[in-house]
Amino acid sequence: MKAPASTSGRGTGATGLAGGDSNASATRITPGNALRPEDIAQEVRAGLAKPTEDVAEYALYLADDALILAQRLGHWISRAPELEEDVALGNIALDQLGHARSFLSYAGGAWNQSEDDLAYFRREPAFRSVHLVEQPNGDFAVTIARQFLLSYYQFELYRRLTASTDATLAAIAGKAVKEVDYHRDHSAQWVLRLAGGTDESSRRMIHGLRLMWPYVDELFQDDDLTIRLAEAGIAVAPSSLRPDFDRLTGDVLLQARLEAPDVPAAPGGGRHGRHSEHLGYILAEMQVLAREFPGASW
Amino acid sequence: MTTKDSASTGAGPSLDVSDSEAARQAEGQAYFDRIIGLDSRIEPRDWMPAAYRRTLLRQISQHAHSEIIGMQPEANWISRAPSLKRKAILMAKVQDEAGHGLYLYSAAETLGQSRDRMMADLIGGRARYSSIFNYPALTWADMGAIGWLVDGAAICNQVPLCRASYGPYGRAMVRICKEESFHQRQGFEILLELSRGTPQQKQMAQDAVNRWYAPALMMFGPPDDDSPNSRQSMAWNIKRFSNDELRSRFVGMIVEQVEVLHLTLPDDSIRFNQDTGRWEHGPLDWNEFKEVLAGRGPCNAQRLERRREAHESGAWVREAATAYAAKQVAQHKGNAA
Amino acid sequence: MSAHGNPEEAATEPQDEPADSGAWGLWEVFVRSSRGLSHVHAGSLHAPDAAMALRNARDLYTRRNEGVSLWVVPAEAIAASDPDAKGAFFESPQGKDYRHATYYTRSEGVKHL
Repeated sequence: MKAPASTSGRGTGATGLAGGDSNASATRITPGNALRPEDIAQEVRAGLAKPTEDVAEYALYLADDALILAQRLGHWISRAPELEEDVALGNIALDQLGHARSFLSYAGGAWNQSEDDLAYFRREPAFRSVHLVEQPNGDFAVTIARQFLLSYYQFELYRRLTASTDATLAAIAGKAVKEVDYHRDHSAQWVLRLAGGTDESSRRMIHGLRLMWPYVDELFQDDDLTIRLAEAGIAVAPSSLRPDFDRLTGDVLLQARLEAPDVPAAPGGGRHGRHSEHLGYILAEMQVLAREFPGASW
Repeated sequence: MTTKDSASTGAGPSLDVSDSEAARQAEGQAYFDRIIGLDSRIEPRDWMPAAYRRTLLRQISQHAHSEIIGMQPEANWISRAPSLKRKAILMAKVQDEAGHGLYLYSAAETLGQSRDRMMADLIGGRARYSSIFNYPALTWADMGAIGWLVDGAAICNQVPLCRASYGPYGRAMVRICKEESFHQRQGFEILLELSRGTPQQKQMAQDAVNRWYAPALMMFGPPDDDSPNSRQSMAWNIKRFSNDELRSRFVGMIVEQVEVLHLTLPDDSIRFNQDTGRWEHGPLDWNEFKEVLAGRGPCNAQRLERRREAHESGAWVREAATAYAAKQVAQHKGNAA
Repeated sequence: MSAHGNPEEAATEPQDEPADSGAWGLWEVFVRSSRGLSHVHAGSLHAPDAAMALRNARDLYTRRNEGVSLWVVPAEAIAASDPDAKGAFFESPQGKDYRHATYYTRSEGVKHL
């Protein structure tokens, strides 16, 4: 009995071609070279990217949605329905946190503040998140409903924002749109499965959509800032995203044999600091340690 | 089932079945011994002694459970991480642990036990996991101490396991070790940052090191003279070094690293023994270790309850996806007909 | 003797009944690390169907840029050679040195051969 002769040179030498596939590996890891929040912060520090007050304020809209959503999704890690889903939701949370950090780093350039200054030391009324991302996780169906609505909205937004005349916003959106595309897919897959799975899952999916649907309108409300910036080619008017959002979410709902819930819309107001009751708790938890040690480094 | 079939078809009419079974066992054992002797690898469908299978199943499933329960003390701090960078790192790390549990459950599944069954054993309190995860993570500095000491000890244990004689276990460990290389470093950097911070931060770091030091040393398992299974595991090339060897090696590493941190280890007895070539440390409270392992630690009930709750609240989701898949298959067949 | 079965699954001990009726099936994952290379077995996972298995594989086995392409295969769909038939299956090629270029020593040193 010989030991496995995998290291024998026999038979590989003659043509010099056979060796190529010996590099095949399932564990070769690399960091990749995509745009990172640190790159944005670096550009801001170097003075290469400096947003106007308006652009910074708009960047906060985008940042706070992503940040609060990441905070919510992070809670699922170690609590998901199956280990594979712990990892999937973790990836989505990390994507959103990455987008938030990039937008915050950029926004901070207008006020000489860091991403952490903005995340940890703004008070609740200074946050710009929409009510949808502030909604509690609920059960898995509620979380999927929230993911479904938000990711379809974010995809349409980022897709257009890649053409922004503001190079930094366009660059961040360019990275984010690919990731959010996957979030759309993830949520749509689950909408189909929960709606078409068991009676219980179908009931829960319908309930989840009913709970989240009142906060859809707020996503598409224009305000003075977005109108101003949209006219300048910097931002995208939220209202302009609605038709594509309706069509694409409608396709999924149709396939899932669901109907868009007929529920009254909530007034929103998050963009102007009027938040849901939930945000206070989210921020209290998120900010507690940083505020206990103001000025500390971590 | 390979064994029964070969036993029944291979046995001629004149041969006693138990004789042929014994012969087959002896042949299997001889083959197994040869593979182990060559320091080669046993693969899932190979014949293996029942005790080898049992030992592996116990060790790998406990290892998997440890990863899954080990997510909890750190997940506890994701929402409060004091900077967004740290939040991202911690999320990625806890997420990795889910992945590692998953790789290990897969390795255990090749031994014929379903993940489902292992999960049921865990939440039913019938399985063990590393007792260190039954201690609470009280401050942010615990994220540093867990990374530096707990992951550090785990890596010391795991690197030799990459060469474990059971193929799927070794392969899982290779992947895990590659991924974990950042876990210990990020912990070290958390402590370094705290140690260089305000006096209050430094105190937080020292307190965490004080609390996690002894439990981390006990992660290597009981002393060699009180570790009945170690000898057999080493003979089977599952374990490559004894508990005390690995513990001593780990002490030697952290005793240097702690100086870079400008912190101290809560142990005055650490010294290098020139005669044995080993690092020695002060006495460990093995009574406490056994108590925690037996379920009487600070967080045992909490950890299991949290896992049970996640698993049970996820049942309807798993069922829904299974039901949907079955419907899709049925529909596909209906369309084809 | 069954020719079918997960090559990574031992067939020698009785399986317990699953504790959970909704438990997902086992899939094997193959990753192509870069263009021009083969898919290589990376590990396993659980998923309810192929679409989710692919997504789970993406989330689990390519978190660190390990791959540019994925295959997932239901573990039960893999037919494996019988470990008890190792001799019959794998002895024959041994000793057939003439299948290998190194056997032909007299042409050594001749260019482009």
